[in-house]
Amino acid sequence: MIRDPSDLQRYTASERANHWVVGICFILLGLSGLALFHPALFPITYLFGGGTWTRILHPFIGVVMMLFFVVMFFRFQHLNRMTDTDWQWVRRAKEMVNGDDHNMPIQGKYNGGQKLLFWFLGLAMVVLFASGIVIWRAYFSAYFGIGTIRLAALLHAGFATLMIIAIIVHVYAAIWVRGTIRAMLYGTVTRAWAKQHHRAWYRQMTGK
Amino acid sequence: MALQSLDIAKRSATSTESPQARKTPQVAKLIDVSQCIGCKACQVACMQWNDLRDEVGNCAGTYDNPRDLTDQSWTVMRYAEVETERGLEWLIRKDGCMHCEDPGCLKACPSPGAIVKYSNGIVDFHQENCIGCGYCVTGCPFNVPRISKKDSKAYKCTLCSDRVAVGLEPACVKVCPTGCISFGTKEDMHERAEERVAELKERGFTNAGLYDPAGVGGTHVMYVLHHADKPGLYSGLPADPAISPTVSLWKGITKPLAMAGIAAAALGGLFHYVMKGPNDVSKEIEAEVDKELEGEK
Repeated sequence: MIRDPSDLQRYTASERANHWVVGICFILLGLSGLALFHPALFPITYLFGGGTWTRILHPFIGVVMMLFFVVMFFRFQHLNRMTDTDWQWVRRAKEMVNGDDHNMPIQGKYNGGQKLLFWFLGLAMVVLFASGIVIWRAYFSAYFGIGTIRLAALLHAGFATLMIIAIIVHVYAAIWVRGTIRAMLYGTVTRAWAKQHHRAWYRQMTGK
Repeated sequence: MALQSLDIAKRSATSTESPQARKTPQVAKLIDVSQCIGCKACQVACMQWNDLRDEVGNCAGTYDNPRDLTDQSWTVMRYAEVETERGLEWLIRKDGCMHCEDPGCLKACPSPGAIVKYSNGIVDFHQENCIGCGYCVTGCPFNVPRISKKDSKAYKCTLCSDRVAVGLEPACVKVCPTGCISFGTKEDMHERAEERVAELKERGFTNAGLYDPAGVGGTHVMYVLHHADKPGLYSGLPADPAISPTVSLWKGITKPLAMAGIAAAALGGLFHYVMKGPNDVSKEIEAEVDKELEGEK
């Protein structure tokens, strides 16, 4: 889909599809996981066909998410290395949050906050996947000691909570910074958007 | 199964109070290990009353048969040959659910009403509400619940809640030929245990005592042990069982903290948007970019 010929391509179709598969898995996992985590949210299991179906489906969705996340991780990891400018950006993030981004350090394709989120999500996925295997009673729990299973259950709940909070921040940032969501819907952003939020990337893309 | 004649005092994955108007006496089963002859009549009675048939296993060189609790064997005799100051002793313990006053399985269970504790103290699994996650296994300090490979539901001793509800004693109690297992109110069982412990002490078992571990609030299945100072001798009976701190953390403070954190993030976003407004591209930059594009043409 071509919108304005001067728009900049931020994501390819394949990157977008990859992101959405991960995103859909995250929503399904978040809902089914919360349903089994807090009694007040147990009725969410009805969306998945009841408690037993929720218990059966959750780990398989987790495996699908991990597979697609790994692909996405290696696609984007070289763009997410932290630099000195990124750390400066992070230290001044408060100004940005307060709505004044005029003095923020110039950022490449991703700013320091986005990069930190990227690495946190990588860590969370590793912990969630490993602990999820340990507490997957139907196939794997028999191979682990009771202490390991108990620790895994706690870590799984803890990291899932942190990841849900991180994704709320991720989604909110995309809503708050107008003109961002289209990058993940049809792949392009306006030149003005790029120049304001990711000037180094803008220069790299346009040579200006 | 749900029994209307037994009031429910505690229910898994339920944060509000259960009905408490009716008061019923606390019951307990007392197993006097010193009188057990290891005949396994209790195992047979359990199978018969509960319509259970385990698979025939193999002899592993001990009398333990079956070798462990399963979804079809809710009680098993465990035979331990141990050297004590009295020489070689053959310690036989009838293993099964201890019916904790503070049940770790119930605390860990995510499915409302899959595990209940009746007002008389019996802890029961309601398989129709069980989702098969195995969290009860994770929560239990005694390694008792077993998940069926056929239906993925959790099973364990019900303390014959169906019999108790109509005024009968559990099947294992009924059948025990030596009178080693008795059943009644917890108070009566405490009295009986005291008498028996005194007898054992008279006969030289100076460390004889009652096993009713306080770490789980006491249990509704209690043992009289000749070596109450070393419960581990009896095929690994835990000395000081309690719900693991990891499980308490996971099922305790983590839940409200996580909910508060998630709600704060969502509401924080909404109020940030409302109070600071969206982060739009500035008109100046739009004009700059337009100029640059003009220049290209």
